[in-house]
Amino acid sequence: MTFMAKSPWIIHYDASSCNGCDIEVLACLTPMYDVERFGIINTGNPKHADIFVVTGSINEQNREIVKNLYDQMPRPNVVVAVGICATSGGVFRECYNVAGGIDKVIPVDVYVMGCACRPESIIDGIVTALGILEEKRTKMVLDADAKEEHRHAGLRPEHISKTEGAQ
Amino acid sequence: MITFVWGLVFVLIAPVIGGLIAGIDRKVTAHMQGRVGPSILQPFWDVGKLFEKENAVVNETQIFYAFCYTLFMAFTGALFFAGGDLLLVIFALTLSQIFLVLGAYSANSPYSYVGAERELLQIMAYEPMVILTAVGMYMATKSFNVSDIAASPFPVVLFIPGLFLGFLYVLTIKLRKSPFDISTSHHAHQEIVKGVTTEFSGPSLGWIEITHWYETVLLMGFVWLFFAFSPILALVAVIVVYLFEILIDNTNARVKWQLAVKSSWAIAVVMGIANLAALYFLNGGIS
Repeated sequence: MTFMAKSPWIIHYDASSCNGCDIEVLACLTPMYDVERFGIINTGNPKHADIFVVTGSINEQNREIVKNLYDQMPRPNVVVAVGICATSGGVFRECYNVAGGIDKVIPVDVYVMGCACRPESIIDGIVTALGILEEKRTKMVLDADAKEEHRHAGLRPEHISKTEGAQ
Repeated sequence: MITFVWGLVFVLIAPVIGGLIAGIDRKVTAHMQGRVGPSILQPFWDVGKLFEKENAVVNETQIFYAFCYTLFMAFTGALFFAGGDLLLVIFALTLSQIFLVLGAYSANSPYSYVGAERELLQIMAYEPMVILTAVGMYMATKSFNVSDIAASPFPVVLFIPGLFLGFLYVLTIKLRKSPFDISTSHHAHQEIVKGVTTEFSGPSLGWIEITHWYETVLLMGFVWLFFAFSPILALVAVIVVYLFEILIDNTNARVKWQLAVKSSWAIAVVMGIANLAALYFLNGGIS
C-alpha cells in the first residue's frame, strides 16, 4: 500500500460541452458529496495534480490545451473522461468543429458515462482511476529499477534491446 | 544560554506536530463548512504521495532553493527552541522566506512571478510587526534571548498586550490564511493558480509542505512565548489562537495586497508603537 491512492489531487478541465458535467464535477465538492473525505483536492494546477478530469469533447481550439495540460502533469497520472461528450463526442460528435472524445488526443484510463453524469458516478470513476494510478506507480518503480540494473551492468540504454535480442 | 537538545528535538518532532496541526485544521475547517472532511493524517499521506511522484522540475536551481527554504526554516526553529537570540531567529526566518521567493522567480511562469511578488509584499507587511514584537519582549524582560524570555516569572503578555494583538494580525499572513492568503493558498482555485508554489511539483512541493509544518510550530512557539510563565496557560493560548485563525480563515474573503500591507502597517504603528511607548514611559526609559 502506497500513499498514491490516499491522496489523489485533481485538475479539472472543461472542454467544449454544455457545462452540465462541469457543474456535476463541482457538485462533488459540496458538503452533500464532500470528496475531500477521500483526500481528493481540486488543485487547478496540472503540476500538482495526479488525476486529469476532462468534461466535454475535443475541438480544434482545445486540442492543444488538453495535450499541454496532460504533458505538464508529473507521472504517474491518469485521465478520467467524464460524460458522454468526453468519451465519444456525444450529441456533438457530428459537428463540423468537434473531433470526438478526449482519447483522440491523450490516452484515457477511465470513461464515465452519463449526460450529465451523476456525482456518484463521477466519484466512482475517480475511485476506479485510483487503482490504475496505483498500477502505474508500481510499473514506474519497476521500470526505474530495471533501468538502474542495466546501468550497473555497464549497459547504455541504446544497448539494452540489442543485448536482450542476442540472448 | 543555548540548549542544543531542544533544537534537535524541534528538527525531529516539529514536522510530526505541524502535520497533525494541519490535519486538525482541515478537519475543523470541514466541520465548519458542514462537511465530514479528510482524516487527520491526510497531510502526511499528501506529502508521502508527493515524494512518490516523478521529480519534474523546471530547472535545477529550483530544487536548491526549495531545499534551502526547508533548511533555513529548520535552522530558524531549532535556534528558537534552543533558546537563541530572537532577532537572529527573525532574520533567519526572513532568509528562509526569501529562498522560497527566489525559487518562484527561477521559473519562467507568470503565475509563479506574481506569486513571488505577492510573497515579497507579504514579507514587507508582516516584518515590522514581528520586529516590534521582539523589541517589546526585550523591553518587558530585558533580554532578546528566547531562553530568558521563556524563563521570565511574570506573564510577558500583560506588558505587551497591544503587540500580542498585532502579532495575531500578522499571524494570519504567516499561516497563509484568508483574508491574507494572497501569494499562495491552501484552498483551490486562486486567481493566480497556486502562486509561489505553482511551478513546484512532486518531491520539491513535498519539501515546501514540510517547511510549512516547521513554520507553523515555530509561530506557535512565538505565541507560547507570550504566556511562557505558565505552560498550561500557554498551551491553552496556542490552541485558542489557532482555532481563532481557522475561524477567521473560514469567515473572510481574500483581500487585495494593498489592504494587506496598509492594514498590517497601520496595526504595527497603532498597536506596536503605542504599546512600546506606554512601556517606555511606565518604565521611565529603557534602563
